[in-house]
Order: sequence, then C-alpha cells, then structure tokens
Amino acid sequence: MTGTLAAIGAGIAVIGAGIGLGQIGGKSVEAIARQPEAAGDIRGAMILMAAFMEGAALIAILLAFFIK
Amino acid sequence: MKIKALLLVVMSFCLVLSYAQHNHDHSHDHSGHSHDHSGHSHDHGDHAHGASATHAGGHHEANDYSRGDCGTPAKVIHHSEYDPSATAIHHVSDANVYTILEYTIPLPAIIYNKERGLEFFSTGKFHAGHHENGHYGYKDYVLYEGSIHRIACENFQPQEHFEVQGFDMQKVKDSKGKDIEKRYAIINGKGYVLEQRTIWDGGLLGGGMTSFYDLSITKNVVSMILVCLFLFFIFRKAAKAYAVRDGQAPSGIQSFLEPVFQFIRDDVAIPFIGDKHEKFLPLLMSIFFFILGLNLWGQVPFLGNVNVTGSLTVTMVLAILVFIITNINGKKDYWKHIFNMPGVPWFVKLILTPVELLGMFIKPLTLMLRLAGNITAGHIAILSFVGLIFIFGKSGQSMAGAGAGTAIAIPLTLFMMAIELIVAFVQAFVFTILTASYLGAAVEEHDDHH
Repeated sequence: MTGTLAAIGAGIAVIGAGIGLGQIGGKSVEAIARQPEAAGDIRGAMILMAAFMEGAALIAILLAFFIK
Repeated sequence: MKIKALLLVVMSFCLVLSYAQHNHDHSHDHSGHSHDHSGHSHDHGDHAHGASATHAGGHHEANDYSRGDCGTPAKVIHHSEYDPSATAIHHVSDANVYTILEYTIPLPAIIYNKERGLEFFSTGKFHAGHHENGHYGYKDYVLYEGSIHRIACENFQPQEHFEVQGFDMQKVKDSKGKDIEKRYAIINGKGYVLEQRTIWDGGLLGGGMTSFYDLSITKNVVSMILVCLFLFFIFRKAAKAYAVRDGQAPSGIQSFLEPVFQFIRDDVAIPFIGDKHEKFLPLLMSIFFFILGLNLWGQVPFLGNVNVTGSLTVTMVLAILVFIITNINGKKDYWKHIFNMPGVPWFVKLILTPVELLGMFIKPLTLMLRLAGNITAGHIAILSFVGLIFIFGKSGQSMAGAGAGTAIAIPLTLFMMAIELIVAFVQAFVFTILTASYLGAAVEEHDDHH
C-alpha cells in the first residue's frame, strides 16, 4: 500500500516539475526571441533555475523510491 | 550514410544482446528472488509474508539475524521468473568485482573487522560466476551479487576455502512491519543467513550497518582511478602543448579542451564569482571534468556500465567538499546574511535565520541528490528497456515475445542513451555552475546595506 502511495507521490512531484520546466523553458524562449543578443545569459539562467527545480523534484522522487 | 546507419543498428543489437546475456544468467541463477516477489504482493500484508517466510523459519526482527537461521537445511531452488526491479538495482550498484561481458575481473578486497583486524585478499578467491555470485567462500565472507557479505552465524566456523552451493533471498517483515530482505548462503545443504547490507546507498537508507568495514578497491574506485589517470594524461599533454606551441593555434587535444575550459571560465566562474574566480578555477575545473569523465565512462557500452556519479556515496563526498570549501571561504557578509540579515525587523529574523541556516545544509544535499538521481535514473531507464525483452520473452520461454521485446528495446535504448549523453554534459555543468554560485555567494562582499 505504501508503495502505491509513494508511486502516486512521485507522479505528483513529476507533474509539479513538468509545470515548472514548462514555465522556465517557455519564458526563456520568449525572452530569447525578444532579445536574441542576450541568449547566452538567458540560457545560463534557465539551466540554473531548471537545476534548482529539478533538485526539488528529485528529492520527492528519491523519497518515493526509498519508502517502500 | 547507409553504412553508418547499418553499423549503428548492428552495434545497438550487440549491446542489447550483451545486456541480455547478462540478465539471462540472472534470471536463472537467482533462486528465491522472484519466488518471493510473486508471493509478496503489496496488498496482502502478513498473509503472503507468512507463506514466503516458511523456508526461513518464520518471522524475525530486523537485526535478529544471528539466531535461528543458521544451519537450517535448505536447497537451491531455480526460478525462471524475472524480477526487473531487482536486476536494475543490482546493475546500478557498486561491486567488489568488475564484470566486462562474460569476464569477471577480481579486485583487491580490504576488509576491517573487530575480531580479526585488517584483511587483504583478492576477490578472485570467490570464483565469481554467473551474475557475480561467488562459488566459493573465504573465511566467513561470501560474494553475493558482486558484493562481499559476511555470514552472520556464530556456529559457522571461518574456513580458508569452502564451497557455496547457491544463494537464496527471502522477503520478510520485521517486528515493526517493515519489509526486510534476508539473504542466505547455502553451504553443504544448509542455509546460513548473511548480514544485512545495502551497497547501493552505502547502508544509509535502511540497508543496515555491517560488523565489518569494506574499504575495498571496488568497481567504482577502479573507475575513478582510471578516469583520473586518463584526465591527468590528457591535461598533461595539453599543458605541454601550450608550453611548446606558445602563441600558435591549438592543435590535437588542445582543440577539445580549450573551448570547454574557456566556457567554464567565461560562462561559469567569472559571472558567478567575479574578480576572485582565479582562486576557485582549479576546483571548478576539477569538479567539471571529474564528473563529466565519470558520467561518460558509465555510458560506454561493454565496459561494465559503472554508475560512479550515480552513487550517493561519491556525490556525497563531492557535496561535502563543496560545503567545506564554501564555508571556509565565507566572508563576513556571508555569515551576516545567514545569522543576522541586515535590513529586516527582528521578528522576521526569528524565522529567516533558521531558514537560512537550514538552506546552508540543503544546498549540498540537493547537489548530492541531483547528480546521483539523474545518473541513476538514466541507468535504470536503460535497464528497464532492456528488461522488456525478458518480460515479453518470459525469461527465455517465449522466443516470439523475446523478439518483439528486442524490437522495442533497441530503439528505446538507443534513444535513452542519446538522452543520457546530453545529461552527462548537463549534469556536470549544473554541478559546476551551482558550486560556482554557492562560492560566489560566500565570497561576495556587499557595499550596500539592504
């Protein structure tokens, strides 16, 4: 039973991460389209933010993985 | 173009076959594994566990493995059912032997236990066979799924050399109702329980500590040494080239290293750390190339598919190093921002200080989890796709199913490996950029008081 709940929890975490990544990706592409000369800086910031967000999602997934 | 595509398909087929061979052995050699899995449905609770634990002689507490399981008559049961999750976990774990295709390379074991002190021996003594299970034991150590386990029985006399007929695993519940896995070595027709040990997470997360310390040169350590030597070699070559070819255009290995080096310096170190970046550049470069090298080493097919950067132990050490270096270099402003944030009222500080203090520890924690999680997830995804062959093929009973599984597994595995190639670079970069941002925050000196 806890295994099933953990799987559902991991799924919810992935939904959150998906929304976050979509926001980051969409906004940064918009920003690059608006200011192509700043593409390098925007890309760096994008990857950094994505990494932060991914960290939060991964903690949830790893917890789901270890809680049996 | 056509030849290239054909070559790619042939290569990927060989790769999947080599995995397949490996897993095939697994499904036959593992007595008890799948047997318990089938009897161990999550919804049934105690009933199913009682049934599966009969062999072991009932329920036992988590740490009470030294009594009751020693010398119970047992025989090796061959089950052909395939357990994808157990296989995947085994393949991402560290091991005391290095298996390349069919060949098992023994590694030095360095073991410390309280009774006998330090012991050095080669894991060749175990004669590791199919799926890294040892055919023989040494003293009271046996090799199970590639890692050294100790027999936890007082009535077992340590011997120089003894035959191990097989291994067995049972899933039982301890007194708290938590699932534990009990592993047995079968010697002379009798089952001897092994100490609980999880090598994948270093025993930190429910694995249980052992009565001995395994300081062995494991598969991961060998990989790290090889990658470090390789990096040393190419950087030395590049450094020499800079001395010899001063003022000329880069050539050879320089052409590869120079853009990467400049990228880390100009896009990571300078924007985040600023004027003091020179001091931390060696650290950032070492971290980047160490992680990148090991990520790529783990992706090379046929080379044992090691999972070094996906091992929590390795990333934990990296994260602790970053934590120590960040805090040693922390300037006055850094500590002020943690304990006494300027410009906020005192009641906000009551909340802010604990949060900032917590953040100090969460930063290396996420650093550790992100790298390990990403790399392990990639490895597990590839292994799961390969596992499709055995799920469809019913572990070799249905050729048609295996064929269909292979047809699905090859493109999926190729796709996943291509993704993993990107992930290898991105994760090395992310670890470096986050280290740089933490260091930047630590050495920053503010003029403004906000």
